[in-house]
Amino acid sequence: MLPDNLKEYPVAAAVEAFDADAVTGGKFEFSELTLEILASKISSVCGFLKYDQKFIRLSTVTAVDRFPAEPRFELVYHLHSIDRNERLRLKARISGADPVIESVTGVWRSANWYEREVFDLFGVRFTNHPDLRRILMPDDWEGHPLRKDYPITGTRV
Amino acid sequence: MSDLGVPELLAETEEQQAATGGRRMVLNMGPQHPSTHGVLRLLLELDGENIASCVPDIGFLHTGIEKEFEVKNYQQAVTLTDRVDYLAPLSNNLGYCLAVEKLLQLEIPPQAQWMRVLLAELTRLNSHLVWLGTHALDIGAMSVFLYCFREREEILKIFEMFSGQRMMTSYFRIGGLALEPPRGWQDRVKRFLAIFPSRIDEYENLLTNNRIWLGRTKGVGFISLEDMLDLGITGPMLRGAGLKIDTRKDAPYSSYEKFDFEVPTQTANDVFARYQVRIEEMRQSTRIITQALEGMPAGPWKADAPHVVLPDREKMKTQMEALIYHFKIVTEGFRVPQGEVFQVIESPRGELGYYIVSEGTTKPYRVHMRTPSFGNLQAVPRMVEGTLIADVIAAIGSMDFVLGDTDR
Repeated sequence: MLPDNLKEYPVAAAVEAFDADAVTGGKFEFSELTLEILASKISSVCGFLKYDQKFIRLSTVTAVDRFPAEPRFELVYHLHSIDRNERLRLKARISGADPVIESVTGVWRSANWYEREVFDLFGVRFTNHPDLRRILMPDDWEGHPLRKDYPITGTRV
Repeated sequence: MSDLGVPELLAETEEQQAATGGRRMVLNMGPQHPSTHGVLRLLLELDGENIASCVPDIGFLHTGIEKEFEVKNYQQAVTLTDRVDYLAPLSNNLGYCLAVEKLLQLEIPPQAQWMRVLLAELTRLNSHLVWLGTHALDIGAMSVFLYCFREREEILKIFEMFSGQRMMTSYFRIGGLALEPPRGWQDRVKRFLAIFPSRIDEYENLLTNNRIWLGRTKGVGFISLEDMLDLGITGPMLRGAGLKIDTRKDAPYSSYEKFDFEVPTQTANDVFARYQVRIEEMRQSTRIITQALEGMPAGPWKADAPHVVLPDREKMKTQMEALIYHFKIVTEGFRVPQGEVFQVIESPRGELGYYIVSEGTTKPYRVHMRTPSFGNLQAVPRMVEGTLIADVIAAIGSMDFVLGDTDR
């Protein structure tokens, strides 16, 4: 459900009109609009935003680990529309037990490396990704460094 | 093949081998190749001198800075941002400080804002000079490198005068500047501004009509604007393709809206166009620095926020309250209200974004850097596939990436 105070923002209203089930929440803070999207709908919502709402640039994809809370991972997408001179943040939550989400590489090719980075550092898997390999850490590395239960110093446990 | 670390997608199947007569070979360019300015590794599959496919391999300079942020308090973490893009440390300081200040909703006094603009533009000059020198050196113009580093030295001396450091300045702090601007800084900057415009003409004399330079850069490194936007390229590369995009104009920060400058564009979309864009950007930066120098407002250089900004030495020694604040900030740090922000600035290389998540403690919960080099490098295969191997150096040089910025 889209919170009532966000209905005045054209993008938020458009996404709700496109797929009301996909929006699970949102907020407007520090002049930045955030929409929370159901993880299973992320790819279709992104496609709508790119082709219908002119968010032709994907600025970055990253994740936040909320360990030990569940759902553990928050996937964060920052979109940029040059025509509208607007930015938009999308968030999708996925569980820590089986962190899988659909890739958005089909919408923006630039998602390729960003999703590889999230896979490498958080251990989130992306379905339909063309080349899901580690990108920053060595191929034979064990563990995912940016997870909150990964130690910052000392030997790996 | 696989024991060389060559990914499966590059390995030639037997059918392909039969089709090409086994002519294809894999060349490992980097990570110690001098022209990749750092530790970029490119796996090139060659068909004669033509590049059939290219796979970039990054991560050799991964330092885990994003993880490090989570155990530093907010003010300490400023020093990490210098080390991300070591050719534009002040741009990174600025992006990070603006993001945290947005969370704190701090009002920054005009003098600090203008000083930030002045130094950020000097950083742009510094970065573009290193780019021009090394890019020309790669293509074979040795003397440009020496000319550029002569002026860069002057800029580094200005940085040293302000902060005591030549490269890892950490001069912008949350709430303003680290130190009071030094006595006599105006003369130093004025002296630099007096010579610099004629020095840009000097570089242009060496290159712009040079037949070898034109031959090596015109029509090289083309990539369509649609591909650029889809692959995440930002900054001077986009402006070289005719798109007038600049965060300083589109979403002004740190009072950039008060400065009069142009956003240069070119339409040819090749290495030469990017060279022209950056040269013109240097002239525009000079304009901004001149305006900042002439119109520098008086007043405080750090925000009036005792719980965030360290008190003056004098006050700390004479006033009890100031001493308490000093002790609290130094030992524990300051708390930042819960929330998340994404602050974007225009770094010399393109769109630099800091995404900070705060949980209301003295340390960031998560910091993600959207660095321009990472986004740009992703487009290398699209840009070089199908071209000649000799053009790879010119093409990747025109991207102006820094590997510290890529791998973080």
